[in-house]
Amino acid sequence: MQEIRPTIESVYRTESRRVFATLVRLLGDFDLAEDALHEAFTAAVEKWPEQGLPDNPRAWLVSAGRFKAIDAIRKKERLNELATDLAEEAGPAEYEMEDLDEAKFGDDDLRLIFTCCHPALALNTQVAMTLREVCGLTTEEVASAFLTSPPTVAQRIVRGKAKIRDVKIPYEIPSKADLPERLDSVLSVIYLVFNEGYSASFGDSLTRADLSCEAIRLARLLLDLLPDSEVMGLLALMLLHDSRREARVDSKGDLVLLEDQDRSLWDREQIREGMELVERAMTADTVGIYTMQAAISATHAAAASTETTDWGRIVALYDLLLTASLSPVIELNRAVAVAMRDGPEIGLDRVDEILGRGDLTGYHLAHAARADLCRRLGRADEAISAYEKAIALTNQGPERRFLQKRLEELS
Amino acid sequence: MKYMLLIYGDEKAWTVEEREQCMEDSTQICHQLNEQGKYLGSSPLQPVSMATSVRVRGGKRMVTDGPFAETTEQLGGYYIIDVDNLDEAIEIASRIPPAKKGTVEIRPIHELEDLPIASSAISVQESR
Repeated sequence: MQEIRPTIESVYRTESRRVFATLVRLLGDFDLAEDALHEAFTAAVEKWPEQGLPDNPRAWLVSAGRFKAIDAIRKKERLNELATDLAEEAGPAEYEMEDLDEAKFGDDDLRLIFTCCHPALALNTQVAMTLREVCGLTTEEVASAFLTSPPTVAQRIVRGKAKIRDVKIPYEIPSKADLPERLDSVLSVIYLVFNEGYSASFGDSLTRADLSCEAIRLARLLLDLLPDSEVMGLLALMLLHDSRREARVDSKGDLVLLEDQDRSLWDREQIREGMELVERAMTADTVGIYTMQAAISATHAAAASTETTDWGRIVALYDLLLTASLSPVIELNRAVAVAMRDGPEIGLDRVDEILGRGDLTGYHLAHAARADLCRRLGRADEAISAYEKAIALTNQGPERRFLQKRLEELS
Repeated sequence: MKYMLLIYGDEKAWTVEEREQCMEDSTQICHQLNEQGKYLGSSPLQPVSMATSVRVRGGKRMVTDGPFAETTEQLGGYYIIDVDNLDEAIEIASRIPPAKKGTVEIRPIHELEDLPIASSAISVQESR
């Protein structure tokens, strides 16, 4: 009898969020679904030891959860419209299994993702709801990952659920016409979660590195449900970035630039998977911005050193990226690649052109790039003043330390 | 679910021809929506230079010229629609011509039970 306990726990880990996704559809309410999910697992702990593991645990849990929710509503005699509707749908007080087929389950997972990432919700609400409802993180975990307090996160989630209910955000997979726009919204939430974990890897909190893993896991789930080339591209981009995690920081916790990284520390398995995904995504009819960035990252990953990197290909990919999304930050990255291909003097011209337009004068990395190119050209005075500007604009500890070190080397 | 679509935009951004075209296109969309049973009402508003604002403070009435706030984008009109959910409201909002120049704000209508059905609206309908 005791032996089924670990099974229930593993079912909880693998199935609870998916059972939740289906319960939201059946009950039409996030809070009711959350309660029903707990009731369903309580019932499983009671029944499974005697009855054994059901053939389809997920279907069993959904049925149990729905039954318990309707039962609870009936008991409370809150026979409002909702209860009557649900009771009619549910029919007799028995678990119904037949309509719980696999295809519908898959759609429910997607419904949950698209609803949590609906652009009518504030971005930080989208992020909080996705991590809580789709990934199953606790409010405390979400709060610690984003360096906010649990009440703040809880409030965002309460507001999000209220808006979903009150403005009637549908629990649906978007129509074909809306899909690209809505998918963008989902992808940017996933990428934001990843970056929060990735740049935070300098910190001492492990939870934040877990955030990147969570984003990768989420992208895998999404790709499984929706085999779109940009989902593939984003997953590839994250895998390729993440493959360098170990090499990005030295033993003192200081930032190591790509050119100075010990490439033997790069995770080869992640690189292999990332490159395979990029190749597949690049064959799509339209190549999206995540795929292009992944292709750039893959070009770095393929090289043994900065010297042997195919900078021509990287510049070409940045050109492609600029036609899809014109942004001064991408232009800056392109300028740095041009410097690697054609020499620092030409690169510096490009950087000065961008700074001259006034676009990135408040962006520390623009000044850091200028400083680095001046340093390479032996123009120490200009380099020093650019490093000083960059340092003044930087808030992040490791970046500041890095720039400070470079500045000291010059003075 | 009933939603109000509030049209905000810079009044000066429209030429006379554009405005007329916009009215024409909007009228057509209203007829389409009406045929689908999704239309409850709509109207463009005269410019903010025609606005009068009224406030009552401490029992004293203050009437001033102009809109309640001076902004670069002004409320220029509204639609009231009855659709299934927000996504459908977003779809309609993105189709109406002013969305291309200004902003359409979608607000669900808070329905109060004891409000009367406008008798003047009914008599207008009947006299047609």
